[in-house]
Amino acid sequence: MKRLALITALCGASLVPADAQELASSEVERGRYLTQAGDCKACHTDIENDGIPFAGGRALSTPFGTIYSSNLTPDNETGLGRWSREDFYNALNEGIDDESRHLYPAMPYPYFTLMTRDQTDAIFAYLQSLEPVHVEEEENDLPFPLNIRMSVSGWKLLFFEDEDFVIDPDRSEVWNRGRFLVDGPLHCGGCHTGKNLLGASKDDEYLRGGTLENWFAPNIRGGENGGIAHWSEDDIFEFLKYGRAKHTAPMQRMGEVVSISTQFLEEKDLRAVATYLKSLDEELREPEEAPETARMEAGEGLYFDNCAACHVADASGVPYFFAPLSTSNKLHAKDPSTAIRVILGGARAQPTETIPSMLTMPPFAWKLTDGQIANLLTYLRNSGDRRSGAVSAEAVAEMREYLAEEH
Amino acid sequence: MTKQLPKVDVILVGFGWTGAIYAEKLTAAGMEVLALERGPWRDTPKDFATTFAQDELRYYWRHGMFQEASQSTVTFRNNGAQTALPMRHWGSFLPGNGVGGSGVHWNGQTYRFLPSDFVAKSHNEERYGPLPEGMTVQDYGVTYEELEPHFDYFEKICGICGTAGNLRGDIRKGGNPFEGPRSDDYPNPPMQMTFSQDRFEASARDMGLNPFPVPSANMSRAYVNPLGMQLAPCTYCGFCEKHGCGNYSKSSPQTTIIPVLMKRENFTLRTDSEVLSVEKSPDGTRATGVTYIDTSGEEFFQPAEVVVLCAYPLENTRLMLLSDIGTPYDPQTGEGVVGKNYCYQVMSGATVFYDEEYTNGFVGAGALGMAVDEYNGDNFDHSGLGFIGGGYIACYTTNARPIESHPVPEGVPGWGSEWKQSVRANFLKTTTVGVHGASMAHRSNYLDLDPTYTDRHGRPLLRMTYDFTLNDRRLTAHITPVAEEIARGMGGREVNVAERKGSYDSMPYQTTHNTGGTIMGTDPQTSVCNRYCQSWDLHNLFVAGAGLFPQNAGYNPTGTVAALAYWSVAAIIDQYMADPGPLVQA
Repeated sequence: MKRLALITALCGASLVPADAQELASSEVERGRYLTQAGDCKACHTDIENDGIPFAGGRALSTPFGTIYSSNLTPDNETGLGRWSREDFYNALNEGIDDESRHLYPAMPYPYFTLMTRDQTDAIFAYLQSLEPVHVEEEENDLPFPLNIRMSVSGWKLLFFEDEDFVIDPDRSEVWNRGRFLVDGPLHCGGCHTGKNLLGASKDDEYLRGGTLENWFAPNIRGGENGGIAHWSEDDIFEFLKYGRAKHTAPMQRMGEVVSISTQFLEEKDLRAVATYLKSLDEELREPEEAPETARMEAGEGLYFDNCAACHVADASGVPYFFAPLSTSNKLHAKDPSTAIRVILGGARAQPTETIPSMLTMPPFAWKLTDGQIANLLTYLRNSGDRRSGAVSAEAVAEMREYLAEEH
Repeated sequence: MTKQLPKVDVILVGFGWTGAIYAEKLTAAGMEVLALERGPWRDTPKDFATTFAQDELRYYWRHGMFQEASQSTVTFRNNGAQTALPMRHWGSFLPGNGVGGSGVHWNGQTYRFLPSDFVAKSHNEERYGPLPEGMTVQDYGVTYEELEPHFDYFEKICGICGTAGNLRGDIRKGGNPFEGPRSDDYPNPPMQMTFSQDRFEASARDMGLNPFPVPSANMSRAYVNPLGMQLAPCTYCGFCEKHGCGNYSKSSPQTTIIPVLMKRENFTLRTDSEVLSVEKSPDGTRATGVTYIDTSGEEFFQPAEVVVLCAYPLENTRLMLLSDIGTPYDPQTGEGVVGKNYCYQVMSGATVFYDEEYTNGFVGAGALGMAVDEYNGDNFDHSGLGFIGGGYIACYTTNARPIESHPVPEGVPGWGSEWKQSVRANFLKTTTVGVHGASMAHRSNYLDLDPTYTDRHGRPLLRMTYDFTLNDRRLTAHITPVAEEIARGMGGREVNVAERKGSYDSMPYQTTHNTGGTIMGTDPQTSVCNRYCQSWDLHNLFVAGAGLFPQNAGYNPTGTVAALAYWSVAAIIDQYMADPGPLVQA
């Protein structure tokens, strides 16, 4: 507690978003930090094929087709070599490139628009300091009419607003900083906010969880009734900094975010994120109907035989090692996609600088049938005092098919 | 046509515990390190997932993680008058293969040798007079005090669970009062003991002995080691020895060091790469690198500034002999050093059968046990006994697995319905008190190259010439009755005693604690390596592992193997790199 109080006191001084990086030694350094916060490297590196950092070419699958990320290194032909600061500001602030073409919103400019010109200039300065890399651009694989960039202008007309970050004077500076980070550079809503059919964030689903590439990114509202209401600010901080927390470890996509971005951010920034998330209350979720007793019993048996060795007989887990399932927001999410996926395909805790171990849950696709996994999940989602609803064997079958096709 | 590869700073031959230890320290010091491993990659999620790690048929019976006898084996004979024959199925001991080596399929019993074990010759001669004719026991050249910080560090890397018996000279209740002074307590408390250990403890206390929990690399609780590696609480599933751990509960190179290494840019691992020989400079003073072969049969020459032999003791010895490094040991003249002082261990025990009480031996772990150390090393007066050394006596609950473990009382037939009935009646109601005895080096026990049998590359196999010595027989005859007495005090219906009599038999499993062959010492006339585990012959060649032990102590070797590796790698970094050359003048 004492430590926390000390940090809060230190953070009191100059934390308004515009001068947030004041302490940094140079524009390039400020830009490096913001680039890290924005997790730019993750999308703009062909990670699957050991690509050069920031040289682009990573295939991003969207519900509408595959988009390849662009080269952010200062190469004259294929990168940002000929771009001006103004061009770059327009890209981040308005989603328009140097030739006035609209950028696909897979690039999170609806979030980055909250950054100031100073901040985008700093990011630009950092990217210009990289070694130029010449790369052949991949053609996006999008169906008509989405392959026509102009279609994006319609999308933007409907869903994009060129916003500035507005400080809420009734809230603390830390809270404001947290909100700026969450909604701006960190673009948490990109995954954790529900999307409409055209892939735009729905305001009324703000950080209430969203589905992306058949992962369900859980509800991360930390206030009363929120998905992570039971997490303390320390828990959120540890999750983002060390990649291990009492309740769970970041896996797969979020694991990438932690390993590339958040583990390197300053403690005060991560704590500001925690403060903000903890302020978001949520409506009480209606309990679902209790499942059939036979399914619960079958699920309990499966749990004991397959899961209890790590997650402990009463599902309380081993904090920081094996997730306590009784309180897991992934398990109790409305959309069980992530839980189904983890049982079928396994999961790996992301190694970080602090915790390099890669605790891994093995896959069970070879061992458990769709019906068994459905019963197991139904049991876990409805044991204890929560009623989160049954999971159907069909849902498991669909995911199994998806994983077989895609992965 | 051997392909030449670019030079690296250090080559490690073999990638088990010692390979991982050397690699971690050397890469942290900035050196470019390449590890060559004969076997495949192995890691927890892929190879030992909880869903299939507990597969006795695959891992025990079909030797899932052991050296392939078709790839390389040893020939064995009891004495020089016999013709050695190849072991085509492992029995008495189980050399590992693949990343992590034997460190994957060990039990996790992690002792430190006694201070007197490191000066076995001078200490015993001082106390009892000259050693008998034919006994070739020697001092290590390094002391317990010098190794202590390295024992301590390895215990922290592994998260060893135990109770300190001697904390900086302060003898503490519940620990082993005979152990050397420790600079720190164990990082974790002892494991949860079961019925059998409780009975053993009570019986041993009644006899005036000091039982203590076996130092365990199976975790009593969740633990994060100094490298940030996570070890999870043990579930007491009983599949440690001969198996990999899927719960991250047993310290192995995989769970404690390797993931840290794999992230370092100055570390490279090449699996399925078998080193054929160490190459020497024309003047014979330096190693220039190694020749290895991959699975396609292509040969490579990998040059390096420093070569470290991190394979199993038997393979390290063979590589030195095949590479013509040092003088091979000659049992006739007693001259030469490579292959000298091969030692093993002498095991005996007593099985307790209960009528009503359930011991539930399947609820176990590799290092779940209580031990007494009154009869180990020089912890008791050997005057007039006619032997030196000793062993610990322990009650473990481990390895009660259905294919391997069928304890039945004496007099029950070895098969048929009566046997089945007896297995059923006794499986859950037995426990064992074992003696884990030292083996003192003898002139007639040694390793050399077999004159007849070769491996698939046409290289001679290693020949092992070994039998129990008079010292072994007297040792086991003296201590086994104590184990029996403890067992009788444990309240069972009957006790069966398994004495160690007759010649050594290479088939029934005993321990994988083979030692010697590349022994360390104070003098190039009597040892292969100096006190820093550096070859006396080639100053840039270092050797790791239990092959360094001039004789075997009455403990499991891994703690001492690791401490010696940390000690040696510290010498490379702190002394050798600044001024490459012999670290000890002969």
